[in-house]
Amino acid sequence: MTSGFFWLDTAIKVAVILGAMLTGALVVIFAELKIGAHMQNRPGPYYAGGRFGWAQPLADGAKFIQKEDLIPSAADSAVFKLAPYIVVAATIATFVVIPFGPDLVVRDLDLGVFYLLAISSLTTLGVLMAGWSSANKYSLMGGLRAAAQLIAYELPLVLAVVAVVVQAGTMSLNGIVAAQAEPIFTLGSTEVAVPFLLKGQILGFIIFTVAAVAELSRIPFDMPIAESELTMGYLTEYSGIRFTMFFLGEYLAMISLSAVAATLYLGGYWAPFIPGDALNFLGPGILLAKVAILVFIIIWIRWTWPRLREDQLQNLAWRWLIPLALLNIVLAGVFKVVF
Amino acid sequence: MAEYSTAKQRRIAFPFSGLYKGMWTTLKTLFQKTPTVFYPDMKEIPVPRARGVIALDPDACTVCMLCARECPDWCIYIEGHKEEVPPAKEGGRVRTRAKLDRFDIDYALCMYCGICVEVCPFDALFWSPDYEYSEYSIVGLLHDKERLTGWLATVPPPPAVES
Repeated sequence: MTSGFFWLDTAIKVAVILGAMLTGALVVIFAELKIGAHMQNRPGPYYAGGRFGWAQPLADGAKFIQKEDLIPSAADSAVFKLAPYIVVAATIATFVVIPFGPDLVVRDLDLGVFYLLAISSLTTLGVLMAGWSSANKYSLMGGLRAAAQLIAYELPLVLAVVAVVVQAGTMSLNGIVAAQAEPIFTLGSTEVAVPFLLKGQILGFIIFTVAAVAELSRIPFDMPIAESELTMGYLTEYSGIRFTMFFLGEYLAMISLSAVAATLYLGGYWAPFIPGDALNFLGPGILLAKVAILVFIIIWIRWTWPRLREDQLQNLAWRWLIPLALLNIVLAGVFKVVF
Repeated sequence: MAEYSTAKQRRIAFPFSGLYKGMWTTLKTLFQKTPTVFYPDMKEIPVPRARGVIALDPDACTVCMLCARECPDWCIYIEGHKEEVPPAKEGGRVRTRAKLDRFDIDYALCMYCGICVEVCPFDALFWSPDYEYSEYSIVGLLHDKERLTGWLATVPPPPAVES
């Protein structure tokens, strides 16, 4: 591989990922508007773009870009300006290791899971920067709550993933998908393979989902934003394009964490009864279908449940999720050794 | 006390039952048809006795001012003068009669209480269910006598007398 080819290759991958993910974020924003509206017996956006208000996210974006870019005079302006881009960049960087097919992956790292967990925690750093630099008490409270939430929920998230890594025996995401595609028994002439969700990882999947929703700081874990207490939390002082970046980052993180959950627990790009050589074409569609189901569940929860109190959130993480995740690792280890 | 203990038992027997119930409710609502009426394209048909706009029958009005005085918002403006009417019979007395010059209702102030319609002793005011008279300027909401008379066409016939 020559050097020039490498850079061209990388540029194409970056362009495809960026384009696909920004489109995906717009689709998810639209889905949130529409599903949320219909769950409350409203039609939601209706006029923008002609039918079904499909252009509403684009119109919202165009509106936000026109807004004045306010920076409070007491704010630490360099940090304040940088924070939203850290959130978005960290979120997009998770797509480096997520496989869309056996060969459709930007870079299949051997320590893919490790990279993923490290890079997805960077978003909270951006949030903390935003809260600290805004020179506003609500922003600071929101940023600190986000940091407290990170410490509380990063542990069960990592511990839940450890059980998957133990069961798969590899930290490469492609390897984890391959481990799920391996048949566990044969029924007549058909080989039956099941994803990790059905291989004793139900508890792990539930812990991962709860921790992921908390990572996204969405309802019922949206204490960092908590409109009723903190006006808008760390977003209070943001406007215009920087607010749009935070907004986009939230929905990108929804897609990326759903993709991670789909890869780790639901078999990623793999689906039963599809020959291995077709996965390079059908893989992205299969993965997107699984992501869509998970995103729908996250939206569904958001429009149904109330917000937890800050102490209840910490209680849930430290007293329930972490012990359960540790138990899950023990079970996965015993399972691995015995069978 | 007895109800409290059973409710508590039920909660212990089925953990997070409220959360599942909420999820089921939102899922059901998601697939229901929304009752929204998309106004310019679709129009809601108001019930016949809806309080949309007040119509005036100027021939019935005697400029008694009762409506203007009872109006809680003072949004009715009435002006009139007296006219002499020649006697009906030869040698009779010349009578005077009030003539209505101005009857305006400011719908920017009106609170649709309907006291003016109730209080009118000569049935000169009527409720009409028509509601499409929004304006770009607040000045346009002051309906004069001609406009109020025009609403008379939209007034539904009174309900049949009960036997």
